[in-house]
Amino acid sequence: MKSLEDLKRIRERAQAQIRLRTQESNTKIIVGMGTCGIAAGARETLMAILDELSKRNIQDVVVTQTGCVGLCEYEPLVNVIKPGQPKITYMKVTPEKARQIIASHIVNDQVINEWVLSTEEGA
Amino acid sequence: MAIVRANVLICAGSACVSSRAYEFKDALLRALEEAGIREEVNVVDTGCVGTCDLGPVAIVYPDDVFYVRLKPEDAKMIVNEHLLKGRIVNRLLYQEPITKEVFPSLSEIDFVAKQRRIVLRNMGIINPESIEEYIAREGYQALATALTMTPEEVIDIVKRSGLRGRGGAGFSTGLKWELTRKAVGSPKYVICNGDEGDPGAFMDRSILEGDPHSVIEGMMIAGYAVGASKGFFYVRAEYPLAIKRLEIALEQARSYGLMGENILGTDFSFDIELRRGSGAFVCGEETALIASIEGKRGEPRPRPPYPANRGLWGKPTVINNVETLANVAPIILNGAEWFSSIGTEKSKGTKVFALAGKVNNTGLIEVPFGTTLREIIFEVGGGIPGGKKFKAAQTGGPSGGCIPADYLDLPLDYESLKQIGAIVGSGGLIIMDEDTCMVDVARFFLEFTQSESCGKCPPCRVGTRKMLDILERIINGEGEEGDIERLIELGNEIKQDSLCGLGQTAPNPVLSTIRFFRDEYEAHIKEKRCPAKSCRALIAYQVIPDKCKGCGICARICPVGAAQGKPREIHFIDKDLCIKCGDCFAKCPFGAIEKIDIFSQKT
Repeated sequence: MKSLEDLKRIRERAQAQIRLRTQESNTKIIVGMGTCGIAAGARETLMAILDELSKRNIQDVVVTQTGCVGLCEYEPLVNVIKPGQPKITYMKVTPEKARQIIASHIVNDQVINEWVLSTEEGA
Repeated sequence: MAIVRANVLICAGSACVSSRAYEFKDALLRALEEAGIREEVNVVDTGCVGTCDLGPVAIVYPDDVFYVRLKPEDAKMIVNEHLLKGRIVNRLLYQEPITKEVFPSLSEIDFVAKQRRIVLRNMGIINPESIEEYIAREGYQALATALTMTPEEVIDIVKRSGLRGRGGAGFSTGLKWELTRKAVGSPKYVICNGDEGDPGAFMDRSILEGDPHSVIEGMMIAGYAVGASKGFFYVRAEYPLAIKRLEIALEQARSYGLMGENILGTDFSFDIELRRGSGAFVCGEETALIASIEGKRGEPRPRPPYPANRGLWGKPTVINNVETLANVAPIILNGAEWFSSIGTEKSKGTKVFALAGKVNNTGLIEVPFGTTLREIIFEVGGGIPGGKKFKAAQTGGPSGGCIPADYLDLPLDYESLKQIGAIVGSGGLIIMDEDTCMVDVARFFLEFTQSESCGKCPPCRVGTRKMLDILERIINGEGEEGDIERLIELGNEIKQDSLCGLGQTAPNPVLSTIRFFRDEYEAHIKEKRCPAKSCRALIAYQVIPDKCKGCGICARICPVGAAQGKPREIHFIDKDLCIKCGDCFAKCPFGAIEKIDIFSQKT
């Protein structure tokens, strides 16, 4: 390292490594990962979401999981919570649908209404 | 590259490591492997989170879930439930000791929420063995910024920030740097004093273990400011983990070109050597420490001349404590005004304390100066265990004094503590409850300084021995009229006449306990009674017949067969055999054993 620019470059690279620990949660994607969700393919959905986020280099989204909410027949369920917006729950989210949700809802702020199971204010 | 979706940070401070954090980590890695999600989850060591009595602890990000008292068996549960299915494992969460409320996130717990973390800013967030993670948190940015200023400007910022030495004496850090810069002589040196020795204190160890680069960066800025190109770390050999992490950090800093010749393309060159101390308490005193680095016997010499003028090998030397140096980078980055807005009028910033003794949450805490003892004990510390009454707190370890309950609401800073005969010291904070005998506390600390006295000057070597003899007599019920006065007289003379800080402060615990708890000394001397019922020579154990159910537990656990009796009959304790270990008293399920004063008529 010979200059300030080098330091800055390393800092930016390193910040990606610890991003999960330091960022204030902005947008959240929550995947239903109860036994029912996993049986319906939630793991593949989760991996597709992570893959799509990383392909698009989207860094300010936190992806977590949750347990069974009792709507097993609609699994895999995916919740999207954007700051100041209602919680949107998508149903039967396959990996392909998950990628489209990211493209449409996360990136372009367009909810894909036909897959929405419920909308919850103030979540 | 695999996509990492979660980070598990495992506290790798000494306390958690000794309660088997690494075994938990191995089990966690195995469980992740078995579940097939090893690639998705990063498992990272981190510095002391501070909640040492809850260890081993881990934090799961991005959910920010804090798990405590982890055993290797728990790893599978966390992987299968939390990391796979997103269900938080409730039984491993922190439970507030008094309200029994459960908190999933570390930042919600009073212990952490009431703190202000500047020195401990990276604990629980970065891996201390990774320079890149330190750089990600603005690491070495302060050094880069300082190198664009003149040394005088750097000194000016540190002076205006109001930063004072965190090792105990509280001298202005900026002024120390200025004196060293202006001193005639070359080369100049920077020393980091990591010879932490107070019983119960582990602030510096935790900082070195948890964020070594923050101290290195502070040291390099000090080097630039005073015009030195060589620094020394002096760390106790009893801190192997701190030494290992420092060595890794120094090597990384060199290989990243942040240490060595022409740092960041400037004229500034700096390197640091690590020296191990052999654990002599007196080597925490700066002139003794310097002698030790020079390869001489660790003995102090009279000051002045101060190290700023005649230090290491007779050259101008600035010597700062670990915590002091860890404050430097944030001051350079955020400015003098930011730092001086925290704290009280004359004591700026925060102080790290090692909270120990009779308090629910023991561990490492950082609070702004001006925080009261009540806030520290009852909010951060979660109160006294077993609903017992607070009696006093000892600050400054064997060089400090006690703060009695009357001063619970005193805002803590350098001046306020000095006024009541205590000191901020390096940050040991030992909480004592009603069962603690203050005479015994004084004896404990004096025994420590007495055995650590280097022996060079008679007031300390002989004087502390004489004081200790008197205290031991008092505790054994052989105190005499006039002992208290003798202790005060001896204490004051030792303070005045000793060569270095060790002797000059050694009588403090005795003088301070006499000042606030003279009645306890008098009870020992005149009535041969220990009010806290703690001094063994003055108490006896006996069975309360009405409460004894004859269960026989006391007879089974008594190591000398003093507790006796037939099953289902009232037991008794043979006072001639009894060694007063107190096991029966602690274990009796019916509270049927009591302590009595031997020499007074009634309990």
